[in-house]
Amino acid sequence: MDFDVIFGNGLRAAIGPEAAIFALLAIGLNLHWGYTGLLNLGQVGFMLVGAYGLAITVATWGWSMWLGIPVGLLAAAALALVLGIPTLRLRADYFAITTIAVAEILRLVVRSRPAQGLTGGAFGLQGIAEPFYDINPIPRGTYGFGVVTFSENRLWVMLVTWVLVLLCTGLLVLLTSSPWGRVLRSIREDEDAARSLGKNVVAFKMQALIIGGMIGGLAGVMFAIRASSANAESYRSTVTFFAYTILILGGAATRLGPIIGAFIFWFVISGVESFLRQADGEGWLPGFLQGTEAVGAVTFILVGLALALLIVFRPQGIFGNRNELRLEA
Amino acid sequence: MQQSRLGSVLILLAVALLWPTVGSAVGGDEPETPTTTTGAAGVQAYEGTLTEAGEPVEGVTIRVETLEGEEVGAVESGADGRWNVPITVPGRYRVTIDTDTLPDGVDLTDADATTFETDVFPGRPTVVLFALGEAVGTGGPNDLERLAQSTTNGLKFGLIIAMAAIGLSLIFATTGLINFAHGELVTLGAVIAWFLNARGPRWPLVIAGLLSVAICGLFGGVLERTVWRPLRARQVGLFQLFVITIGLSLIIRHVLLIWFGGQRRGYLDYRIQTQWELGPVSITPRDLAIMALSALILVGVATILQRTRMGKATRAVADNVDLSEASGIDVQRVILVVWIAGAALAAIGGIFLGAIESVDWQMGTRLLLLMFAAVILGGLGTAYGAMVGGIIVGLVTEISTIWAPSALKLVFALGAMVLALLVRPQGILGRAERIG
Amino acid sequence: MTATPLVEARDLVAGYVPGVDILRGCTLELHDGEIVGVIGPNGAGKSTLIKAMFGLLAARSGTVHFRGEDITFSTPHRLVAKGIGYVPQVANVFPTLTVNENLEMGTYLRPREFRKRVEAVDALFPRIGERRKQRAGSLSGGERQMLAMARALMMDPQVLFLDEPSAGLSPVFQDQVFDRVREINAGGVAIVMVEQNARRCLEIADRGYVLDQGRNAHTGGGRDLLHDPKVIELYLGTLAQAD
Repeated sequence: MDFDVIFGNGLRAAIGPEAAIFALLAIGLNLHWGYTGLLNLGQVGFMLVGAYGLAITVATWGWSMWLGIPVGLLAAAALALVLGIPTLRLRADYFAITTIAVAEILRLVVRSRPAQGLTGGAFGLQGIAEPFYDINPIPRGTYGFGVVTFSENRLWVMLVTWVLVLLCTGLLVLLTSSPWGRVLRSIREDEDAARSLGKNVVAFKMQALIIGGMIGGLAGVMFAIRASSANAESYRSTVTFFAYTILILGGAATRLGPIIGAFIFWFVISGVESFLRQADGEGWLPGFLQGTEAVGAVTFILVGLALALLIVFRPQGIFGNRNELRLEA
Repeated sequence: MQQSRLGSVLILLAVALLWPTVGSAVGGDEPETPTTTTGAAGVQAYEGTLTEAGEPVEGVTIRVETLEGEEVGAVESGADGRWNVPITVPGRYRVTIDTDTLPDGVDLTDADATTFETDVFPGRPTVVLFALGEAVGTGGPNDLERLAQSTTNGLKFGLIIAMAAIGLSLIFATTGLINFAHGELVTLGAVIAWFLNARGPRWPLVIAGLLSVAICGLFGGVLERTVWRPLRARQVGLFQLFVITIGLSLIIRHVLLIWFGGQRRGYLDYRIQTQWELGPVSITPRDLAIMALSALILVGVATILQRTRMGKATRAVADNVDLSEASGIDVQRVILVVWIAGAALAAIGGIFLGAIESVDWQMGTRLLLLMFAAVILGGLGTAYGAMVGGIIVGLVTEISTIWAPSALKLVFALGAMVLALLVRPQGILGRAERIG
Repeated sequence: MTATPLVEARDLVAGYVPGVDILRGCTLELHDGEIVGVIGPNGAGKSTLIKAMFGLLAARSGTVHFRGEDITFSTPHRLVAKGIGYVPQVANVFPTLTVNENLEMGTYLRPREFRKRVEAVDALFPRIGERRKQRAGSLSGGERQMLAMARALMMDPQVLFLDEPSAGLSPVFQDQVFDRVREINAGGVAIVMVEQNARRCLEIADRGYVLDQGRNAHTGGGRDLLHDPKVIELYLGTLAQAD
């Protein structure tokens, strides 16, 4: 049992591009749910729309990737509008179910045969991120130590995404400490009270939905760039639940919650996976837990357990304040 | 209070860890009861015979590809009209006839039925029938026949959804909890029945099914007593409970993945069926029996709710929990009954679905959104709403295939739900107060 | 009056949100055959008091006794079996159940007494008797109030807790409500009645409790409180119309 390797694998994932992408998703959710109380269970839909906005622009329409990125972000904003106009007046759990349904509808449509001409159907779209890697200033090579190594491309994506994470975190700090942010909080606490003070509650919610959705779209854009492709399979509802786990873990309605949550989440998940794989190699695992499929499944089981235990015993996460939480649906 | 915390955690851990010891399917062996017609016994394959007016049709290409579009095999029909495509990995594939290779004057009787999406099970061939005949003018069943067929299919599917969704609706009505793990209760019923039928004791499906329903009902009751009730007593918020159901859904689903494996499998009984032609509609006797049973069960549930003391108490608690307490109803006991019955009904739905299609670890998860759609369309919080909504969802899903590509049929059902939420959020039978 | 009260609440503290107490130490006694009125401004804790007494709300401190037995933490449905009935202010009928089924829920614990009780209750509330097959949700406000009280009476309780029975009703129905309350009491049922309509409540009450900000403010005979200048001051206009 090589604990250096386990720790290294954990660290590698925790600072890697996937962690950063999920941090972006969680930042968007932080604005939605943490600060405004919007139970958006369809964040992966914004991710999908951002990714496919970019992918379709490049692979189907043949335009530049630099055009594709704003297209992806605008598509996410458009989704927020289309989703929000009819549904923001619904009660919290109805809104939640609608968001999850819409995200799933998007995934099914994008994956379907009839859409193949536009989205590549079940095969998805490939070859969309060359320009990004072309401008990679990092010289060819592997960087890092021990197991924690990255190719120059992976390092480039990582750096860019984490910079985006910092920028979005800064944006959220600005927004939420502004008067606008205070109104969001008051809406989260008591919508009726906010309304009676003359605030156009729906407008504020819509603004939060759009901004948080665009951040989710940005996550999708970076996800597509990292994989240089877009495939509907990657945009299932479990992604949203992972993002929520990350947000709750780090602390909803906190500044650093999404970043710390993403770091810890990926560290633990990869560390455990690495541990299990080694245990499998050493023959420690009982028969039914052998093989990569089973190891992956155990990971999901742990996430489910973590989510359930977290929300009961420490819903405010690591940094959060229990009083800030709006726990009743 | 400390004990109930510990209890909840222990139960979750136990569920996650102890189950796989009860039989395992990862790397397990397959049942050796193939019922083959042609082809090597014990090898899975797609096969069939092409004939036209009694004469074999030779030289027609049949292609098999994965659902992602990857071609897996292609053969030409032989002089006897037979064709056989061996498959290495059991699962669901698309079998397509290449109409370009049909001889002149010979066409499919249903010009649209060029492709079948169907499962092939380990060790057994699956027969695929391409019906050939003289090219018929506009060809194929007319619109009325298609409507009748898809209505029947929709009803079949809808009755199952209705049954499984009753628990979802009543759990919400009596405790306010949105049970995101309800799909897993469906899968659980199907999987446990599979282990009792195709493995282990190899009991007939009816026995295996009944036992599975009992086990699942018990499981629902245990969940309520060891997890939900203590948490409610601690005044844990509904949102937190909802998140727990999400976690539970992930846990149960992946425990089943480990235990059952990732591929689709079928029950041993009622596999080979010939279709009956009832007027414009074709249906297997198995499916017809399932439809009849589902309808019977729904009527039974309705009768219990309307006529029995416990049923009326359930409706009362669904209406108003405090008032029910004030009437002397033991609300906690009603909730327990709701969980047991709801889980049992979901299990029945899973077994029926497994018999009609196949059993796999995600079958209930795929059903979850449809169940939500059913409950919302029909009216959240009433059992009758779930019944009506379920049937509507089934019908919308299947009838939509007449005009729209079948890949999008779930989209229509979900779309109907979103529409309902916007236009009449309380659903058909629900009451307006519950909404905004 | 007997020495041991039928129902006794002592220093009850309760609330809905953790950390916020609505009731801050309230005391109330109900004796056999009495009508006790509970009045006070909005937010004084009147409804909270009887909910805490009935067990629908957990008491954070204090005790409740029924015939000397400690029922502070008993679940409400057990109290129904012991002979205590409760009529909430809002949501006081089962809307999707028929009138008849609502009444059936009243005798849930003793279904065999349904026939007998239904006749007795019919006599008190004839309007309800006419509408047995109707869904309770389609009844008018006043009819619902009658049905709510009828349901509670089906168990032939010794004690009845009423939460603002006349709230939101037209004056005609309000008259009916107060008449019924008197009739029910005449039949031997002791009643605790929370009311917004302080005047009419105190008119029929044997004794009254005035609550303010979760505590007992004034206690006394019904008529006495009606003329007490401090109580009148608490209510400004309403009681001033009394005489």
